[in-house]
Amino acid sequence: MHAHAAPLALPAVRFARVVRHFGAVRAVDGVDLSIAPGEFFAMLGPSGSGKTTCLRLIAGFEQPDDGHIEIFGETVEGLPPYRRAVNTVFQDYALFPHLSVGENVAYGLRVRGVGRAERERLAREALSLVKLAGMETRRPAQLSGGQRQRVALARALVVRPKVLLLDEPLGALDLKLREEMQSELKGLQRALGLTFVFVTHDQSEALSMADRVAVFNEGRIVQVGPPEEVYEQPATRFVARFVGSANVLEAREAQALGGPARPCSLRPEKILLLAPGAPVPEGAAVVDARVTDISYQGPVRRISARTGQGLALTAAVPATAAGVMAGADIRFAVPAGAVRAMEGEQ
Amino acid sequence: MTRAPLSLKIAALGGLAFLHVPLLFILLYCFTTEEKSYAFPPPGFTLKWFGVVWGRADIWAAVGLSLKVASIATLLALVLGTLAAGALARARFFGREPISLLFVLPIALPGIVTGIALRQAFGLMEIPFSVWTIVLGHATFCIVVVYNNAVARLRRLSPSLIEASMDLGADAFQTFRLVILPNIGTALLAGGMLAFALSFDEVIVTTFTAGQQSTLPIWMLSELIRPRQRPVTNVVAVLVILVTFLPILAAYYLTRHGEAVAGSGK
Repeated sequence: MHAHAAPLALPAVRFARVVRHFGAVRAVDGVDLSIAPGEFFAMLGPSGSGKTTCLRLIAGFEQPDDGHIEIFGETVEGLPPYRRAVNTVFQDYALFPHLSVGENVAYGLRVRGVGRAERERLAREALSLVKLAGMETRRPAQLSGGQRQRVALARALVVRPKVLLLDEPLGALDLKLREEMQSELKGLQRALGLTFVFVTHDQSEALSMADRVAVFNEGRIVQVGPPEEVYEQPATRFVARFVGSANVLEAREAQALGGPARPCSLRPEKILLLAPGAPVPEGAAVVDARVTDISYQGPVRRISARTGQGLALTAAVPATAAGVMAGADIRFAVPAGAVRAMEGEQ
Repeated sequence: MTRAPLSLKIAALGGLAFLHVPLLFILLYCFTTEEKSYAFPPPGFTLKWFGVVWGRADIWAAVGLSLKVASIATLLALVLGTLAAGALARARFFGREPISLLFVLPIALPGIVTGIALRQAFGLMEIPFSVWTIVLGHATFCIVVVYNNAVARLRRLSPSLIEASMDLGADAFQTFRLVILPNIGTALLAGGMLAFALSFDEVIVTTFTAGQQSTLPIWMLSELIRPRQRPVTNVVAVLVILVTFLPILAAYYLTRHGEAVAGSGK
């Protein structure tokens, strides 16, 4: 760490024009990134977008071909994973099958030369932190998926990393467990005040857990910001479609719906379905369309419709709304301000 | 489940009998009183051949040489085979496939080719025959057995285990000792035992690399020509069966939950 740098100003992780290619594929193609200490940071993107490679670059499993990476001000290019103060919770958990749960958790302490009694005590502490007290003697194979993940978490936390990396942490869990772990991870991160960086392809996971979300596409970050901002103000067509499948409108279409004359996004849940003869809300644009498809999704119904001008729109309306049939003529209202310009598009 | 027809059962039993009844005859003639030929039924039974074997120094010299060669070749194979497997199991580099083929070739190559090649090489380099020339000859196929076992196990080992170990602060050596070795241990044990058994009864390569020395199989081969004390060979053969069969059996039990023991065909 540089002695002259002010500790508070140091980002936990900083990428400057980082490039990593595999053969001809530019997996990471000039990524700039700054993650603040104590931040819960999500890297969101489809598979092959470079998010996992970025995580591996932080962990040290990959080395950048170009650019610069710092962890708390320390340059880490060329440093092997075992010399970095970051730890990883792997997607497949990577628990050592030949060791007990307790030995798994104590592994990092063991290779650091911590004495047996001390490391057993710390391992017990870490296991109770993830609510697995008393499981020390079990084998990983005897645990459920959710328990294995907690062990992986305890094993990474026990060596007190400065940054915790999580690779698709909830990917292998079922829905109920996933929701439980979401709030638990968030609580743990807050309680420990640690920097968490996690990779996911699930936008709802990123939005619900992260302080900030970086959306990846084709090896680049296309937008970074708090979840609300990324969701409400997608910067590009890709973000609009990938995060919450928004309607993407060309300049002319946006203008017709009361928006600015440039490419815009329109969230399906902002669109109102007007009952026949109902009054038009003040300032809203009205558009007539014919229903092409309906899908029921529990709390909402997604209505796909096409206007006379050929514009395809998807609206998410409360499922309680009166039954609309495919082929029916309906009227949508688009409230003022719902059509948002995409800053990253011309 | 369908039951096999009677004819198939008889054929299967016949096959097994064809394989194993000769072994019983070897055992039977350990105890015969007739020393010049194998007459059936044996004219009488005696235990004296065990005493004769006990008293013959040439047998014990051959047994000692065989054990020495097999142990050293196995040890060499364990070290080199594991290293080679570690290098070739996951790495992707130009020439990887040819190199792994070259590695397993000695076991596919007829022993007589390996033998001649080694003998000529030793001759060219003016290396005198010794225990070490036999060890080198045996190591050519022992390494393959260990390599095959280790590489199969390494490929099944999740690569993230090694990354997790490094991530938690272990360097390459600690990772090998604490994660890789415990996970491929049984494969190495099985490979090592097979290598030992293969080396212990090897004849062809040994013939070309031994010079005047006699390993146990070579001694038995030379003993067949002599007309006297024939049952002595049988007693030694039974000993060899025990020495080679026990490790193979142990290897089978240790790895039956894992993959097939590759390379056991030699």
